[in-house]
Amino acid sequence: MNETLPLVFTALMGGAILAYVVLDGYDLGVGMLMPAASREEQDRMVDSIAPFWDANETWLVLGIGLLLVAFPAAHGVILGALYLPVAAMLVGLMLRGVAFELRIKAQGWHRELWNWLFWAGSFLASFAQGLMLGRYITGFGPGFGHWLFAVVVAGGLCGGYVTLGATWLVLKTEQGLKEKAAAWARWGLLWIALGIALVSAATPLASETVRAKWFAFPRIAFLSVLPLATAAAWLWVWVSLRKSDWKPFAGAVAIFVLAFAGLAYSLFPYVVMDRLTIWQAAAHPSALKFVLAGTLVVLPFIAGYTIYVYRVFRGKARAGAYEH
Amino acid sequence: MGEALSEALLLSRAQFGLNIGFHILFPAITIGLSWMLVAFRLRGQLAAYRLWVKIFALSFAMGVVSGVVMSFQFGTNWPGYMNKVGNVAGPLLAYEVLTAFFLEATFLAVMLFGAERVPGWMHGLSSVIVAIGTTVSAFWILALNSWMQTPAGHGISDGVLIAQSWLAVIFNPSFPYRLAHMLLASGITAAFLVAGLSAWRLLKTPADAAAQGTLRFAARIAAVLVPLQIVAGDLHGLNTLEHQPAKIAALEAIWHTGRGVPLTLLGIPDEQKQRTAFALELPRAGSLILAHDADAEIKGLDAFPEHAPVAPTFFAFRAMVGTGILMLALAWTGAFLLRDARAPAPWLLWSFAAFTFSGWVATLSGWLVTEIGRQPWLVTGILRTADAVGEASGAKLGASLTAYVLTYSALLLSYVVTLTHLARKGSG
Repeated sequence: MNETLPLVFTALMGGAILAYVVLDGYDLGVGMLMPAASREEQDRMVDSIAPFWDANETWLVLGIGLLLVAFPAAHGVILGALYLPVAAMLVGLMLRGVAFELRIKAQGWHRELWNWLFWAGSFLASFAQGLMLGRYITGFGPGFGHWLFAVVVAGGLCGGYVTLGATWLVLKTEQGLKEKAAAWARWGLLWIALGIALVSAATPLASETVRAKWFAFPRIAFLSVLPLATAAAWLWVWVSLRKSDWKPFAGAVAIFVLAFAGLAYSLFPYVVMDRLTIWQAAAHPSALKFVLAGTLVVLPFIAGYTIYVYRVFRGKARAGAYEH
Repeated sequence: MGEALSEALLLSRAQFGLNIGFHILFPAITIGLSWMLVAFRLRGQLAAYRLWVKIFALSFAMGVVSGVVMSFQFGTNWPGYMNKVGNVAGPLLAYEVLTAFFLEATFLAVMLFGAERVPGWMHGLSSVIVAIGTTVSAFWILALNSWMQTPAGHGISDGVLIAQSWLAVIFNPSFPYRLAHMLLASGITAAFLVAGLSAWRLLKTPADAAAQGTLRFAARIAAVLVPLQIVAGDLHGLNTLEHQPAKIAALEAIWHTGRGVPLTLLGIPDEQKQRTAFALELPRAGSLILAHDADAEIKGLDAFPEHAPVAPTFFAFRAMVGTGILMLALAWTGAFLLRDARAPAPWLLWSFAAFTFSGWVATLSGWLVTEIGRQPWLVTGILRTADAVGEASGAKLGASLTAYVLTYSALLLSYVVTLTHLARKGSG
């Protein structure tokens, strides 16, 4: 039991982080697309995510909370090493979060300012998250090369979020905006392709551990399923963009899930690359059992009311409907 | 302790204190306001509900974004905290996320945007669920804070703390008092905010019936809650004297142990000379108030080799109590003068408008007393603040501190401007 607990918590934490990346990813993507839209379209775009963003961001707090609960030794190492990108992300998330409320309530140039800050905050948070991911993959390696790698990952993640956001808009909006969003999604897809190609090529170069895990016979044969499935999901998004409302978004989510799976495989069993395994960093079983009990009881309720709210707000977003 | 480390400690404390101080402003409003919104609905004050739900939404968003910052700063600024007591602190924070954050965030969406999409009863129920969520959130975070003040229910395994009894950890000695004190503080903060902004509106538009209704209602709520808070604060003080006597000695500036100690109303504590300059004292009242016995022995600062800095706790405590007394006077005067439908006098409206954010002053002062009063400990008797600080360089801390100060100043300014703007516009 005590050997399995860290595994269970790795799965829970990974699930929470994946949920965050996909869910707030579409929020942040919509935020980054704001400058490309007209004023009326911007209102519809924000209305399409307004009922969801707060709960979406809560997955980040749960993910970081589970890191803290389950792997206290890694928590300080990771957040200490990511000090500045974390601070930048937090400033970005703050500006983005309050802009939801303030851009509706403010008047005149204040309103323009908060529209701009909504975009800037979304971009800052997304880019900083990409930097964090890039730094994390290499185990916070020093030097210019490792930082350049992190910048490439950050660019790729922004492209991924833009694709999520654009396909979300295809799902949630109509008429002119939907067609625009389909075009944005294509740009996002090209960007993703470049990002994934660069990251896939650079990660084995940046990390010996990753290279050893992927490029060995016979496992490379099984592992090639991941890149092939990712390519299939990419094509599915591209082809379905003008034909379906929901397929492009589902495909974009699939790309994220597959990329996440590849990343998880590269890292396991480390929680800090090459330094701390999940068992070395795990908290005391007394803490893990207490949290696991609560999680198993509460998570079905969270899932239940989350599904309920997505049902309540299903369908196309209406402009102005949310100016509470 | 090296020079660099003390710089990191100072900046880490400044940054965390700034963040937690900024954050608490908003839960202090939303916990109380969420229940007042439920009351507006039940009383049929729907115009008031529509206005105040906007203010609630903005306050809630401010609380969410500053709360996310805190969840990260535990790790970025205080890695030693999680290494040593993570097995106790982590689960309490996780329960807050699981049982409160998702609930609040999800049903807030129904409350704000769902009026035309769900039945009326579901919309009403959502506002109750959000109110329960904010209160449950307060439950967990105060359980953790109280445990750091008066730890209980833990043991030690391989040099780190583990919980032996979760019930004893959660219901530690100071928890019931601190929870009651904070929930009442939030009710009072929200009541004065509602009263103040309603008065602000009435100064411009005296005939606004909705604002008249909310002013009267909020004044009555405050008139009931402030005396309750004084009782809760007194009980909390007795509890602190029992479990953290050094904190009491510091905040009352009692230098020497003795019987029948005086109560220092005002003065300037001088820690070097161990005396309070310009002290205005009530003989024996210190023993009377602290122990409810005029002859009781009270331990002075000379009994504690380590204690919190005296001047900040002394002044913060007086700011809290002084603000509280003024709030009591205004709440009772207001509730009395507003007892019937007569138009309130302008001086009363100006007074309430001036006290719009008085709850913030009292709440922040109270938190300063209890948090500075715990020093030099982060977890009383278990972990020193200096031993929990991270290794971030002064440059990193300074750069991020600057970014936070700028962001918070801009957010606070926007918040207050938007609130006064919404209030002047009214619910019409």
